[in-house]
Amino acid sequence: MTYGPGLWPWVIGACVAAYLIKLSGYLIPRRWLDHPAFLRIAAGMTVGLLASLTVVNAVATGQQVVADARLVALGAAAVALLLRAPFLVVVIVGAVAAALARLAGLP
Amino acid sequence: MALLDLVRDSPGVRSGLSIAAAVGLYGISFGALSVTTGLSVLQTCVLSLVMFTGGSQFAFIGVLGGGGAPAAALGAASLLGLRNGVYAMQLNALLKPPAVHRPLLAHVTIDESVATGLAQSSLQERRRGTWTAGVGIFVLWNVFTLVGALVGDQLGDPRQWGLDGAAVAAFLALLWPRLRAAEPIATAVACALVTVLTIPVLPPGTPILAAAVVAALIAWVWHRVRAGRDPLLARETR
Repeated sequence: MTYGPGLWPWVIGACVAAYLIKLSGYLIPRRWLDHPAFLRIAAGMTVGLLASLTVVNAVATGQQVVADARLVALGAAAVALLLRAPFLVVVIVGAVAAALARLAGLP
Repeated sequence: MALLDLVRDSPGVRSGLSIAAAVGLYGISFGALSVTTGLSVLQTCVLSLVMFTGGSQFAFIGVLGGGGAPAAALGAASLLGLRNGVYAMQLNALLKPPAVHRPLLAHVTIDESVATGLAQSSLQERRRGTWTAGVGIFVLWNVFTLVGALVGDQLGDPRQWGLDGAAVAAFLALLWPRLRAAEPIATAVACALVTVLTIPVLPPGTPILAAAVVAALIAWVWHRVRAGRDPLLARETR
């Protein structure tokens, strides 16, 4: 089925909401941002967000936690990082590991 | 050539370009899936151009595809996009963008651009990384959305090529250099655990918000404890 022009208001509305959410974070007064406690919390949140993004991308499928070829990619990337591989190499290792794991039959 | 020198010498630009290539290609899946769900090619392209936050876009068409109402699709997409507000706060604090850049920077404030930018070690590299990843993904994501919308599923699933593995590896590589002291390691482990535990119970996209709250609490408590132990630091912060 197709939705046709009736869907446009919802498409536009969702787009506007997405942009306003993004913009809201830039409207915080600069003097708050220079407070030492805020900077410390911002630095801590950076590590937290990166760790959380890594986990979500490695095991989340919707609301399920699943073990599939992405975990193999995570392990392979960790090994590459231990061997001090540069960023691009780590990314390629992750892709190749996931592709090979799927060839081998993993979901 | 100056541009090539920049690519060679700037870790931020290099990381940004690598992640843009891996993530931009995913636009094909979105384009194909969106048209299959019943959106027009134009509606599909507007979502990638204007909404421009992959998770929310997939949620929007996912709810519709599952038989949900358009209002529910809007709600799911917005909930999933809330983390971009937290990212924006982070970029505002750490990049100190001039006021005129903010409306444009807001548009490219997404998982990958923020992760690339925050992982760099100097202000200049943070800015370069964020903009390279953000604009690079914007261009490729939109080109490949159109390709996917036009050719449909004929190219196959990008997961077959391991692109989802590339994303996992990229996020780990961005996190890795920060794990050199007790506080960041404790934060990373706690946030990884919170994420795994909340994935089944929170709406998709929001476990990252839970992790952000936990990370902020750890940073706050760690700071208070150190301030309590060290009278000089304590005086400084009061």
